[in-house]
Amino acid sequence: MQLIDTDIAIVGAGGAGLRTAIAIAESNPQLKIALISKVYPMRSHTCAAEGGAAGVIKQDDSLDLHFIDTVGGGDWLSDQDVVEYFVNEAPKELLQLDHWGCPWSREPDGSVAVRPFGGMKMKRTWFAADKSGFHILHTLFQTSLKYESIKRFDEFFSIDLLVSDGHCRGVVAMEMKSGQLYRFNAKAVVMATGGAGRMFPFSTNGAIKTGDGTAMAYRAGVPTKDMEFVQYHPTGLLSTGILLTEGCRGEGGVLRNKDGHRYLQDYGMGPETPLGKTVLKTMELGPRDRLSQAFWHEQQKGNTIATRWGESVYLDMTHLGEKLINERLPLVRDLSITYAGVDPVTDPVPIRPVVHYMMGGIHTNIDAETTIPGLFAVGETACASLNGANRLGSNSLTELLVFGKRAAANAVQYAHGLASARNEAEIQAQADKVEAKVREIVQRSGGTESIAGIRKEMADSLESGAGIYRTEETLQQTCDTIRELRKRYRGIELHDKSNVFNTDLFQALELGNLLELAQTVAEGALARKESRGSHQRLDFEARDDDNYLKHTLAYYQGEDAPRIDYHDVVITRSQPGVRDYSGDGK
Amino acid sequence: MSEIQIELEILRYDPEKDREPHFETYAVTCQDDWMVLDAINYVKDHLDTTLSYRWSCHMAVCGSCGMMIDGEPKLACKAPVSNYANQKARIEPLANFPIERDLVVVMDDFMDKLKRVKPFVIRKEEKPIEEGEYRQSPAELKKYKQFTLCINCLCCYAACPQYALIPEFIGPAALTMAHRYNQDSRDQGLAERHDEVAAPVGAWDCSFAGECSEVCPKHVDPAAALQQLKIATTVQWYKGLIGMGGK
Amino acid sequence: MAYVRPVSKTSWYLARRSYTVHMLQELTSIFVGMFALILLWGISAVAGGPDTYQAFLDSLRSPVMVVILWVSTVVMFYHAVAWFSVTPKAMPIQRGEEFVPAGIIAGAHYAAWFVVSLLVLLLAGVF
Repeated sequence: MQLIDTDIAIVGAGGAGLRTAIAIAESNPQLKIALISKVYPMRSHTCAAEGGAAGVIKQDDSLDLHFIDTVGGGDWLSDQDVVEYFVNEAPKELLQLDHWGCPWSREPDGSVAVRPFGGMKMKRTWFAADKSGFHILHTLFQTSLKYESIKRFDEFFSIDLLVSDGHCRGVVAMEMKSGQLYRFNAKAVVMATGGAGRMFPFSTNGAIKTGDGTAMAYRAGVPTKDMEFVQYHPTGLLSTGILLTEGCRGEGGVLRNKDGHRYLQDYGMGPETPLGKTVLKTMELGPRDRLSQAFWHEQQKGNTIATRWGESVYLDMTHLGEKLINERLPLVRDLSITYAGVDPVTDPVPIRPVVHYMMGGIHTNIDAETTIPGLFAVGETACASLNGANRLGSNSLTELLVFGKRAAANAVQYAHGLASARNEAEIQAQADKVEAKVREIVQRSGGTESIAGIRKEMADSLESGAGIYRTEETLQQTCDTIRELRKRYRGIELHDKSNVFNTDLFQALELGNLLELAQTVAEGALARKESRGSHQRLDFEARDDDNYLKHTLAYYQGEDAPRIDYHDVVITRSQPGVRDYSGDGK
Repeated sequence: MSEIQIELEILRYDPEKDREPHFETYAVTCQDDWMVLDAINYVKDHLDTTLSYRWSCHMAVCGSCGMMIDGEPKLACKAPVSNYANQKARIEPLANFPIERDLVVVMDDFMDKLKRVKPFVIRKEEKPIEEGEYRQSPAELKKYKQFTLCINCLCCYAACPQYALIPEFIGPAALTMAHRYNQDSRDQGLAERHDEVAAPVGAWDCSFAGECSEVCPKHVDPAAALQQLKIATTVQWYKGLIGMGGK
Repeated sequence: MAYVRPVSKTSWYLARRSYTVHMLQELTSIFVGMFALILLWGISAVAGGPDTYQAFLDSLRSPVMVVILWVSTVVMFYHAVAWFSVTPKAMPIQRGEEFVPAGIIAGAHYAAWFVVSLLVLLLAGVF
């Protein structure tokens, strides 16, 4: 096993990982940074985010309003100290991106432009046409090339953390092109590996979103938090699940059922606003959980349009005009034409809700610390919790930046305070276990299961049992299925035994991670007997603050189902209230 | 649901087993709205799990799935199978790059060259964050916007005859990044990028075959950037002669 | 070991039709160069006095030269058209947020070509 000594190891080179790396390199250029990613940084899924990043900048907006929108949007499950810090830092981070060259869209006077976004009372979403995530990622990646202290390990597949004497001391990763295992010795590790949406059959997520980092921390003993809160984005293309940004609705796009009726007004988000004139935080600019839930109800009522790829509704942008669409939604137009054969300039686009984001993740606090000293986590892989029970669109891109910087500061401080002696024997023993685990999978023979088969069963089970609406029966069924699948996972045989770029092996490891996390989703949902944000129970329809105004923690129990526990929510100045997305009286 | 039959003739190469690459053919029944990537995923999931390739977003924005399809560099996620109905489609790794394994190419050369052109904002003096954003009018944004769209898929390198013949050539995408920053009103780094970009292996090895722009899936038009760079580097060279190089 | 696919240095341009067309376009520069040499020859002939100049004109009228000159003229036209069609890429002109359409830039080049040609013919006494 090769040994790499570094000061801070960052696993994941998307927006969060890159921001963390840059922050460390800027503040402490003498520290060695190992930036480890299973893909080249430009491939990270940050690139697929479209709509924008929220930060208060306009005169008529306030940090207070951003705070209120976020806490309410999260159905009061957000930790308010985290939200407070976030809204304060957001504008500075977005300005920093501008200084690094991000091509933000502009007002005529050259100042940064903002667009309306779901669940936000004021316009505060900075955007770069409809490729905001792509531009943010490339800006960060290209900026990171300035710093010699950032050493990248591209296409290294991280497998497990090394924890010794109760401290995180590094990570074991495989160089994908050679199969060679590397033991990274680090004083601090920052996990920034993204979410695990690929556990569902239909998502906006790319192939790489398999929750590797979340699973690694989970196996190392850090609990996951709030995993049952899975966001369905209201507007995904039918056959592929490709995302059509919330920005479509921010620019004035509307949702219609099979009768052409803008049905959201029937679900407490009315009154119907005039075409092309949005009233923020109402109708199509309501929060994502409410919009996806409205679709489900419309489907029950038979108001959706049947297509060969399932039920759908229409996202109608025909009234926006070609000029506006080409200027602000060019990617959306290209995607609709390429993948759905529909030009949004002339026709409504059939869409339906699609799994998009996981509010849950590695349990962290406001300082991005986990329960293991020396291990930090940022971004979708983490749960601070900024987003609570439902994330507002355009908060997550900003989250990467704000908490990337904060994690960097804390990781540096931790690394400086660390005594350098490490328990070599204990660490190498753990590394040897990882090697044995990999060897066992590769050399296993006589297997009867297929990766694709188990993956499909897991995904279908989650969709049917832990989808937008859940019941005790469906969730129990899913829990049982996942438990069974975890056992059958050990029956997978790899046909590819090569050391060179063995994607059979990588997919097997990814599936193992997904199965473990799927269990935290299903078990957490089963245990939460209330409805809140994106977790909706048909058998417990009301929000239950007395019993469930707390975070779900799931602790790894090896082969058994996770142990579920709870953790208080930090409430500072906003007591749980009613989420009102109607336009009445506003 | 209508279906399409295709045959994928895929190049395979495992350096631990093969001395040379060879082809294997797979028959796939596709849905009519599939892309070639969906067919390749089907092959991997159900026919041959040993097939290795890169992919992620399936929406032509991550740049992972560039490959040669019937000799044309394309994104597999944006190539409809309907174009190959009832035919054999030849799938090979991107041309002009060494083959790591199957459809996976070695990208190190591009990553080095990208770094060499200094693709980041360079300024003599940074404005403090407290003073807000750098003002940039919509017209100033438009000036370089097109060149920001590059997803680094490397289809342009696979198409470029000069890169095929001269491996030292910095190449379309990397040079376009230099030009993108040169054209950004917030950047002041043109002089600093000059030496790399004005070198023979920089913009001047480009013979304006224009293949790069033909194949670019994001319509970045790197060929235009490279010709503009030729003019810009010439101007900069003259400026340097009369002491206005601004270094 | 990574496998490097060989590229033929002598026949690479036959691999794709677009490469072959590109090389043919590049070859037109030979005719451009040749034309320039003939012009230089003519200038030096003028400098040599009326006899050398007449000798130069006589050689231009030989059957071989006539064929060469006609072929060169056709190739030069093709060269100019190909050049003008891509010139807009090298010189984008931005007016506010819009770029001047390529057709206008190319059109301006054709117009200038026409005007200059008229002037030359006038000076040569053709009109």
